[in-house]
Amino acid sequence: MSAAPDPATADLATAGALALGDDALVLSHRLAEWTGHAPVLEEDVALANIALDLLGQARTLLSLVGDEDELAFLREERAFRNVQLVEQPNGDFAHTIARQLYFSVYQELLYGQLAAGGEAAPLAPLAAKAVKEVAYHRDHAEQWTLRLGDGTETSHARMRAGLDGLWRYTGELFRPVEGLAVDWAALEAAWLETVGGVLERATLTLPEGPRATGWSAGAGRAGVHTEPFGRMLAEMQHLHRSHPGASW
Amino acid sequence: MPETIIERGSRSGAESGSGPRTGTGAPAAAAQAAATPGTAPETAFEAKIAADERIEPRDWMPDAYRATLVRQIAQHAHSEIIGMQPEANWLTRAPSLRRKAILLAKVQDEAGHGLYLYSAAETLGTGRDELLDKLHAGRQKYSSIFNYPTLTWADVGAIGWLVDGAAIINQVPLCRCSYGPYARAMVRICKEESFHQRQGYELLHTLAHGTPEQHAMAQDAIDRWWWPSLMMFGPPDDESAHSAQSMAWKIKRHSNDELRQRFVDICVPQAEILGLTLPDPDLKWNEDRGQHDFGAIDWSEFKEVLRGNGPCNEQRIGRRRQAHEDGAWVRDAAAAYAAKRALGAAGPGEAAA
Ligand SMILES: [Fe+2]
Ligand SMILES: [Fe+2]
Repeated sequence: MSAAPDPATADLATAGALALGDDALVLSHRLAEWTGHAPVLEEDVALANIALDLLGQARTLLSLVGDEDELAFLREERAFRNVQLVEQPNGDFAHTIARQLYFSVYQELLYGQLAAGGEAAPLAPLAAKAVKEVAYHRDHAEQWTLRLGDGTETSHARMRAGLDGLWRYTGELFRPVEGLAVDWAALEAAWLETVGGVLERATLTLPEGPRATGWSAGAGRAGVHTEPFGRMLAEMQHLHRSHPGASW
Repeated sequence: MPETIIERGSRSGAESGSGPRTGTGAPAAAAQAAATPGTAPETAFEAKIAADERIEPRDWMPDAYRATLVRQIAQHAHSEIIGMQPEANWLTRAPSLRRKAILLAKVQDEAGHGLYLYSAAETLGTGRDELLDKLHAGRQKYSSIFNYPTLTWADVGAIGWLVDGAAIINQVPLCRCSYGPYARAMVRICKEESFHQRQGYELLHTLAHGTPEQHAMAQDAIDRWWWPSLMMFGPPDDESAHSAQSMAWKIKRHSNDELRQRFVDICVPQAEILGLTLPDPDLKWNEDRGQHDFGAIDWSEFKEVLRGNGPCNEQRIGRRRQAHEDGAWVRDAAAAYAAKRALGAAGPGEAAA
């Protein structure tokens, strides 16, 4: 566990970059797991493409904090600051699309605010570039939500299950992150409206039930994760950790 | 599987100035065996081939020419998508974020190559669904090289350097293939393959000049991938089945053995720079030939792998089939959604994704 700076003492912009960088890194990894067995070849391309965009964002953000590889490969699970939503396993394609819809709408709104706000100057240029990529991710998730929601009975049921299953991880998205000049209440209102609008067009509705539980309210941002995340990190970090000091 | 794409992608030889002549008989004679000579469309087809012009989808073409192309392009497309598996095996374990990005981009390129090639096959009247069904049923083949496992991270480098390297040598001549859509797809594909080859070489170079453990990992990968890579060029010329016809039609332009020799001659100096040893004690420069001599290839292994008894045949095709079955409900949903849109007032097209 080495050179990773302690987020608690890092300066505020750094804490923000770490949280957003971890979100992008972890979701990129999950999406890369689809490669080679997506439902259609076009989706192998699309999901890899989104994963690549996110990996690029992660590398830029983590490099603001420290050495990107030390941060990715040498931190313990408890030092990661990503929201729990992005670490959730892929599940079926509908589950992945539900995760994509929830997260890409959030990320687009968040980067939009960061790009517009002068106060968060260190992240504004990155956000301005990333928001264009994320608009494509959101469009991709939206188109698939429509197809699955308004496709067949089976796809509707699977999409419903994906949306419901991930709902309790969405509350955490709107917990303020230190160092990010964001109007979180406005972000949450816009998110509910956008996601609700897409779901309505997809003959679906917003899930009911709590958007956070005792365990998921702000937990990922504080370094408390879910069991599958530890396994994901074990796989991701194994080779790097097996050769201390080696260059790749 | 009966052949590698490469086998189809290679033997041929005589024509067009550049390549040396290997030869299996007069091209024109072979072509005529398949067409009915004398009538106008046949004559136009023959004239185009003779003039090195491209055959386009709407042009008349002999049935056997069409069938040969569909089979070859399908095998090539299948190889691109099956080939994603051994490399995706290391995506989640890539040891640096830079390497992870490079590998992810590469595997994405291979999916894109699959798309171009299935589209090229479609211009001949055979859709992707039909071709995938044949792949899944074991009635069409993919390159045997992907039936070998990627056991360490260095295998990712060995695939880039050797497998993509061999593919380039096989495929560059296909950029001049007589069938227009295939030739044009190959131009795009070859550009990307050469990136892959350089990235693989650079990965191996880093390992070979890294820690002793990394060097050993790189050497082990070369030891395992060298011979299978040589087999990518297909059986020796005197055992090739479809040679003459494909040469006559200018689908193929060089013989298997000729391309294999070219590959060896390119790799030897590169291996020296890498500081890695090619696992062939008989490999040495032959002053008289101006080429390298190399050891005998174990064709019994090649045939075993083709027959389905390679280390990963079942795993590769099993995963492919599983992905296809798992995705059926998604494809059904997309089709149902599109049908609903088409029914309800001509809505905006769905194209996304
Ligand atoms: Fe390729
Ligand atoms: Fe390639």
